[in-house]
Amino acid sequence: MSSESATGTVEQLPEVDLSGIEALLEPYVGEKGTVIPVLQSLQEHYGYLPRPALEYTARRIRVPLSRLFGVATFYAQFKMRPRGRNIIRVCKGTACHIQGSEKVGERVEEILGIKGGETTPDLRFTLEEVACIGACALAPVMTINDNPHGRLTPDRIKKILESYE
Amino acid sequence: MHDKHLMICGATGCLSSGSAKVQEALEEELAKRGLQDRFRLVMSGCPGFCEVGPILVVYPDEVFYCRLTPNDIPELIEKHLIGGEVVERLLYQGPDVEAPARFYQTIPFYQKQKLKVLHNSGIIDPESIDEYIMRGGYRAFSRALKLEPMEIIDEVKRSGLRGRGGAGFPTGLKWEFTFRAVGDKKYVVCNADEGDPGAFMDRSILEGDPHAVIEGMLIAARAVGSDEGYIYCRAEYPLAIKLLKKAIEQATEYGLVGENILGYGFNFKFTIKEGAGAFVCGEETALLASIEGKRGMPRPRPPFPANQGLWNKPTCINNVETFANIPLILREGGLEEYLDVGTGGSKGTKVFALAGKVRNTGLCEVPMGISMREIIFDIGGGIKDGREFKAVQVGGPSGGCIPTEQLDLPVDYDSLTQAGAIMGSGGLVVMDDRTCMVDLARYFLSFTQKESCGKCTPCREGTKRMLEILEGICEGRGEMEDLDRLHDLAVGIKDTALCGLGQTCPNPVLSTIRYFHKEYEEHINDKFCRAGVCKSLFEYYIDPEACDGCTRCARVCPVDAISGERNELHIIDSELCNRCGSCVERCTREAIKVIPVRKEAEVKS
Repeated sequence: MSSESATGTVEQLPEVDLSGIEALLEPYVGEKGTVIPVLQSLQEHYGYLPRPALEYTARRIRVPLSRLFGVATFYAQFKMRPRGRNIIRVCKGTACHIQGSEKVGERVEEILGIKGGETTPDLRFTLEEVACIGACALAPVMTINDNPHGRLTPDRIKKILESYE
Repeated sequence: MHDKHLMICGATGCLSSGSAKVQEALEEELAKRGLQDRFRLVMSGCPGFCEVGPILVVYPDEVFYCRLTPNDIPELIEKHLIGGEVVERLLYQGPDVEAPARFYQTIPFYQKQKLKVLHNSGIIDPESIDEYIMRGGYRAFSRALKLEPMEIIDEVKRSGLRGRGGAGFPTGLKWEFTFRAVGDKKYVVCNADEGDPGAFMDRSILEGDPHAVIEGMLIAARAVGSDEGYIYCRAEYPLAIKLLKKAIEQATEYGLVGENILGYGFNFKFTIKEGAGAFVCGEETALLASIEGKRGMPRPRPPFPANQGLWNKPTCINNVETFANIPLILREGGLEEYLDVGTGGSKGTKVFALAGKVRNTGLCEVPMGISMREIIFDIGGGIKDGREFKAVQVGGPSGGCIPTEQLDLPVDYDSLTQAGAIMGSGGLVVMDDRTCMVDLARYFLSFTQKESCGKCTPCREGTKRMLEILEGICEGRGEMEDLDRLHDLAVGIKDTALCGLGQTCPNPVLSTIRYFHKEYEEHINDKFCRAGVCKSLFEYYIDPEACDGCTRCARVCPVDAISGERNELHIIDSELCNRCGSCVERCTREAIKVIPVRKEAEVKS
């Protein structure tokens, strides 16, 4: 967060280290259609899209910050807040839905005390929803850090979550 | 030379059931015995039968092993690879076969399939261009290089191929428009943004046979006069992206991609773009906007991409499966063979992703015109856990459901449209009596509502209003007039929304109202959800006749709503119960029933 907006009601976000961003942006400077790949590599580097990094990027690749922000908030992949150490994605695809993914998601929310899209205060877990991961044969499915857990029932959730630190 | 080839499925389905661990165990065990040079281990593409993964096929013996675990590996190596004896207990077994089935042809899941587009998937190493070429790959392209553009287009037109991505527009015609469009630069774009929840055909094609898609694009490029192509693939498909990149590298090395290809003075280069998670980007104009690095919002058509597409240049954009069909048509003698399969208006095959409450989930390729019944009951093996078939959702959030009465419907573009569904991309989600159709409509609407890009009012506002009404019905606040309101909104959105997403998103609502009107009535008038899905509209009740007091349900209940001593009747306190359904899953005697919500007086009596 830039210094002026860190005051008032805006929540405090961690300091952002901008060294290394130059090397990251370099291949994209002057190319066309690079906004999404740029955001993707920023997110890979930081885990999310920190505002100072976006501000720097806008100047560097000569795209208005408003447009970067517009694109970043349009796509589900981009996150504007830091995420937890473990990313839980509960599949909300059709096959998973009719096999009870809602109940699975509710149990995760209950245990962690957060809703979809939120992160636990200790940054241990972030809960996300995904439209379909394509493992429909094993519905309902969730992935934690890309490890799939299939054929879930609500009563199995607690144990699975406990195995992630 | 290797004695045997071990093809282990490395596609997403089998990876989720643990094929990577099986592969590791195989590698270790082979190395331990010094056998790694005699047996070649390949992570292959998807053989389709995800239900029984992880799958390993041993060639040349043609033995299909399934449901493997790392513990099975020593026995498999000892008995089969060294001893030459098939390990029966690891073969496919099921109620649909008398004896363990040894190979594809004897497994009912495969018997009615026609593997054309998927003919390489699971058979070749997707990372080897040589294996693709050995199976006849790139012959269609080299033939196309000798033809005039209009000759290529003519063959595609005569094949009757229609777009496999959803709308079913004739591919040859699209190519002709792009060919005739005036422009100094033209693009070929592959739509691999498979966002339809419950569909994974395109992913499997990309993971199992990436060169087929590349070859199809090259032929399209030759036909329309393009020298640059983009593949727009979901970032959620990392394996597909990795394999595509590798395939393009190999094709470039072999002189099939790049400058002056095979000496014909034809140039073509590929770029892969990773999508960033927006369903609407499956719509072609939104996809093109996304490649240009903008918000993925559609724009009105015309002008169609064939005239003004990527960066306003003429662009030929097709879906993965469509491109994968092209080499089949263009190879020597391919057209005649292609025309043999399918119906009058729909030629060739279609790949479906079969999921939901069906016994055999996975990927299947069937001739157009096959009946839905054959797909679900012969290939799919019928409904799981001996329950009753209720409906099948075809074409995801843009499609509709097909009920029991319509099961004999031939699967082709026109019959499906008539029945109120669409071919769509090819997701088939099977539902049984425990699926609530009102909730299903609500589910799809909540999906499209979230994914609506917000550009046009009918879709942005209309889906929101429809969703509110459906939520009301599911929560017990519905009234009969709601059905008319839903219908009016649906028709209005269909007629006026800007793009395919909006125009088709009312389909699940219209088709569930059409076929399951009674279920809506029951939700509205009786405040009862018979399927036990809409939480405010039912209670769980333990049948005293059936309960034997085993205590399983009480132990699993997360809110301690179930009480009762061992060997005595158990009782559910509906006030405490959160309707999670864990007890129903646990009960072995089907003693826990779904009943309408009782008034207090009823409970006491």
